[in-house]
Amino acid sequence: MAKVVFKLGDDISTDIIYPGRFMATVLPTETPQYAFADEVEINAKLKSGEIEPGSCIVAAKNFGCGSSREQAASCLKGYDLIVVANNFSRIFLQNSINLGLRTVIAPGLEAAEGDELEFLGDKIVNETSGKEFTIEPLPAARQAIVDAGGLIPYARQKLAEMRTLPPGVAHSR
Amino acid sequence: MGMTVVEKILARATGQAQVRVGDVVEPAVDLAMSHENAALVINQFQEIFEGTGLEPTVWDPSKIAIIFDHRVPAESSKTATNQKRIRDFVAAQGISKFHDVRADQGGICHQILPEYGYVRPGYVVVGTDSHTTSHGAVGAFAFGLGATEMAAVWALGKVLNVEVPATIKVVANGSFGQWVSPKDLILYLIGKISAEGANFRVLEYHGSAIRNMPVSGRLTVSNMSMEAGATAGIIPADEETELYLRREAGVTDDLDVVQPDADAVYEQVVEIDVAELGPQIAKPHTVDNVCGVGEVEGLKVQQIVIGSCTNGRLDDLEIAARLLRGKTVAKGTRMLVFPASWKIYKQALRSGVLADLADAGAVIMNSGCGCCLGVHQGALGDGEVALATTNRNFKGRMGNPKGEVYLCSPATAAASAVTGVITDPRKVGA
Ligand code: SF4
Repeated sequence: MAKVVFKLGDDISTDIIYPGRFMATVLPTETPQYAFADEVEINAKLKSGEIEPGSCIVAAKNFGCGSSREQAASCLKGYDLIVVANNFSRIFLQNSINLGLRTVIAPGLEAAEGDELEFLGDKIVNETSGKEFTIEPLPAARQAIVDAGGLIPYARQKLAEMRTLPPGVAHSR
Repeated sequence: MGMTVVEKILARATGQAQVRVGDVVEPAVDLAMSHENAALVINQFQEIFEGTGLEPTVWDPSKIAIIFDHRVPAESSKTATNQKRIRDFVAAQGISKFHDVRADQGGICHQILPEYGYVRPGYVVVGTDSHTTSHGAVGAFAFGLGATEMAAVWALGKVLNVEVPATIKVVANGSFGQWVSPKDLILYLIGKISAEGANFRVLEYHGSAIRNMPVSGRLTVSNMSMEAGATAGIIPADEETELYLRREAGVTDDLDVVQPDADAVYEQVVEIDVAELGPQIAKPHTVDNVCGVGEVEGLKVQQIVIGSCTNGRLDDLEIAARLLRGKTVAKGTRMLVFPASWKIYKQALRSGVLADLADAGAVIMNSGCGCCLGVHQGALGDGEVALATTNRNFKGRMGNPKGEVYLCSPATAAASAVTGVITDPRKVGA
């Protein structure tokens, strides 16, 4: 069960999630402090430590529009949040998958702050309202990265295939 | 069944005769661009190699471009230290397309790439910057990605798990009215199809208004395609593209001028007659909140900004100078100008355009991203309004969530500088 800790609207941009002036900060251990830095209440609540890991942000359409800055995903991952939105902008969704930030696409979701959501395979049950909503599955190409544990282990596998030869096989020249 | 431009480029980059929308491909990369965020790419790159026993070397140092532009000269010790680390990495890996903080080679990444001929028709271009869509202007498939994905490109030379995107065809016909420009066209389009109207899709541009547009204007259109959510904004290459690359960038190689097939399949076709367009404005705080200039005329503006990767090119500066020559920036309004590259800066310096703008009261800033992303000079005060030729008006974008950013063309910005309020350039310009 995951509690909805923030309910947000349409077009939440990466400038809101992680303002540009903190872009020189790159380490995933340091980015969470600037999550929603200009949304003072959200930022304070995140930093207070009272939010349970595995809690949810629920947003409407086009979450994460704007910049390719990966800090926007890493800062939320730092709090182990789940982001549920009607849909995501492409680069943010890809960054989240690459870094292992859990994103859930639920086009018709209705939920309010404080609601408890249960994720059951291809659907979300809002335990507070009793209503059910469909989850749009990730395309297979993206699911493969999630299954590998993120893009770094996935790319590491590919690298090993591309740059080394199987043991016992000699270079042929 | 025929292919769109992106399908053709991806087929070539994967060695296949044909690809279809939804296919998952791993295209070879022709150019991989980063700016200061290369600092994060380096971290992720090294992590990929951890435990493999392999030396962390990039796949091809001649295909990586790194341009310092977002915070130049460094605004903080943190940025300066990141830049220092990147310089060391560039030297160690032998990365040749590196543009440091120098007036003989610097500028904004999305201007440097075409200016130096690093991007070509038919190329697969990736960049750790969302406005990498800019390079669709020369007929490339160019898209933005995050630092970890770039790290994988540096290691492997290809992008993993790319879904072939569907394409929306935009046909823009007609001639622009006076003081109406490509920026007005793209703002209008974004307003029409919305900020997510092209999410996960490619915009492919056609029509006489596009064919008659110089590459500078095409860069504006492709750049802002991102603001409709597009993966890429491709303008199929033609004589103008070739002329630009040969004359401006000194490219001598053969060009692979990729055209869509006559029976290519488009998800949707959007038609626009630019003759009917007037100056457009994107109101805060989303880029698709677009209206005609008349709707917001008279609104007081404290900061006018002309520059950025969207509208900081020579013709943009010339338009501004034409409107401001012999006039002054209104009292109570400040005007900031930052050319998109040092080459443009020096051209405008030598032609007198910068002197004209400065005589009118404009502050000429160094070439770079300037105040566009609110990190490096030109922040707004609480409650202040900016009218900018940049590409984003998100809350907080110009360094202050209590400020408001309106977006417009260089002509509208310059005309409004004279009056101090949002003004239709057709009323100021002769
Ligand atoms: S000028 Fe603005 S939009 Fe363009 S690359 Fe720089 S920060 Fe990004």
